[in-house]
Amino acid sequence: MLKINQLHKSYPIGDSSLHVLKGIDLSVDSGEMVAIMGSSGSGKSTLLNIIGMLDEADSGDYILDGVPIKNLNEKKAAIYRNKFLGFIFQSFNLINYKNALENVALPLYYQGLKRKERQEKGKFHLKKVGLLDWAHHLPSELSGGQKQRIAIARALAADPKLLLADEPTGALDTTTSYEIMEFLQQLNDEGKTILIVTHEEDIAEMCKRIVRLKDGVIMEDKKVNQVRASQYV
Amino acid sequence: MFDIDLWREIFQSINKNRLRTLLSGFTVLFAIMLFTILFGIANGLQNTFTEAFADDATNAIFINSGTTTKAYKGMQAGRRIQFDNEDYNYIKDDSGNNIEFMTARIYKNVNASFRNENDSYSVRAVHPDHQFLEKTLMDEGRYINQRDVDEKTKVIVIGSKVEEDLFLKTKALGKYLNLSGIQYKIVGIFSDEGNESEERLIYMPVSTAQQVYGNNDYVDQINLGYNREMNFDQAISFSNSLTKKLKDRFSVAPADQRAVRVRNMAEASKNVNQMTTVLGIIVLIIGMGTLIAGIVGISNIMIFIVKERTKEIGIRKALGASPNSIISIILVESILITAIAGYIGLLIGMGILEIVGPGMKEYFITDPGVSMSLVMSATITLVLAGALAGYLPAKKASKIKPIVALRND
Repeated sequence: MLKINQLHKSYPIGDSSLHVLKGIDLSVDSGEMVAIMGSSGSGKSTLLNIIGMLDEADSGDYILDGVPIKNLNEKKAAIYRNKFLGFIFQSFNLINYKNALENVALPLYYQGLKRKERQEKGKFHLKKVGLLDWAHHLPSELSGGQKQRIAIARALAADPKLLLADEPTGALDTTTSYEIMEFLQQLNDEGKTILIVTHEEDIAEMCKRIVRLKDGVIMEDKKVNQVRASQYV
Repeated sequence: MFDIDLWREIFQSINKNRLRTLLSGFTVLFAIMLFTILFGIANGLQNTFTEAFADDATNAIFINSGTTTKAYKGMQAGRRIQFDNEDYNYIKDDSGNNIEFMTARIYKNVNASFRNENDSYSVRAVHPDHQFLEKTLMDEGRYINQRDVDEKTKVIVIGSKVEEDLFLKTKALGKYLNLSGIQYKIVGIFSDEGNESEERLIYMPVSTAQQVYGNNDYVDQINLGYNREMNFDQAISFSNSLTKKLKDRFSVAPADQRAVRVRNMAEASKNVNQMTTVLGIIVLIIGMGTLIAGIVGISNIMIFIVKERTKEIGIRKALGASPNSIISIILVESILITAIAGYIGLLIGMGILEIVGPGMKEYFITDPGVSMSLVMSATITLVLAGALAGYLPAKKASKIKPIVALRND
């Protein structure tokens, strides 16, 4: 599904540069649910951004679903992001003047689908996250958990190969966090490959594999017994 | 290529971000409105100036006589100078090809009556050429001709207001009008581009007036039009030499300003031309200033809009929006708003000119108005400026990495 070889990334800070990722090797198979952990500054978000093609690596190979991701121009990156990836952010990143359904249907707009098709698919995914009744509400009328579920529905809308979640529960309370995790686990059970960046131990425990980063290198990469979130809800 | 979804996106964005829309809309609306009104007023001022001098021929030279103010060649000051037919002929022979037309003028006041209607009017006894001097327009009949002058016929040409006043609803042409006891045949009715009082005048042949009123050959004023092939300097030197000759002829001191007065319209019309040019430049500066203010305003707003939308752009990019779609969504929105707002501003501006315009005549503003093409090009300039001002930041925003845009809170 995803293969990364000797990935390096550094950011310029003034005259010097900060080496954030120092040779990452990682491969993720289809159907996995991986937690990427590390303290702040360990490079976990940078890694996720590179995987999500939101950022570019300085050197190293990155192959996604058999396609080498390298030297993409903006247009191609946009197409790949749309086709391969679904994003879930800590701050939800919904467009505040669009209602829930419109937000969910937005990736489909960029896929070039017809309006009717977009509406149908959007509704389908809203139903999946259990918020069909809220289809015509603006994000400002929704709770944090609802917003994140809308965001998940949006990430799912384009039927991506890989779901990328950057601290998906970071802005939520514990109960809501577990609800979201339960839903993500459910998606994983259905076969979706999911990568979650988190610094919360209990969230990581709910994944099937934990990759620990420290100072830009992988310290530990282990399979874990998944803790089902449903038992807390 | 018409993309209904793109338009749907844009209309939603316009509709849901009213403040933003209003801000950019009003900037353009006011700029175009002010531009229209200022230009209209300036045009009105210019119209007033051109109209004020359209009345008479611009190449006219008026020669008047008065009393001497300086003793000269043994003669006392206070001597009265009186022109007569000989002086008229002297000027005519002396000037030759330098004059286009020439006429004498005698002023009289008469009491005119027709049936029960009567009123007092000014009579001007003139030569046929007077028609060119005053740019008199014949509505009916003919003007005074050379035969009238030669035969001293008792004919008159009356202004349209005289006909209105004395003949009420009936036709005056061909009828006889009693001027202080003498019957004159009306051979023509005229109108004048100048003011209404010009149309209350009565013209008669100069020779008739000389015979009827005083039986002499005096004339009050001699007017001529210099040859239009002369340039400004030539025209001035022509009238200067004429002044000198006349002063010699009447033994008037060269420095005497009262005895023989020659007024050359070339000077006045040169001043008017300069005035209109200066006015035009002022108008241009004001218009440009308004336009530049509008351009700066819309540019600022566009930069602000793109900044405000940075995060949205990041989200859209993360969801698979291509850079081009980002640029087009911002640009089409700004062009749409500026074009519509500009058009409304244009309509309001023209509406105000239309409503206020007719009442502005006493403030020296005649028919204020602007040419459609001028305002349209001003609007298009603003739209393009807005588009350009939006394009640069939009292009930049479409290039920044989504991750940077998303971090922008």
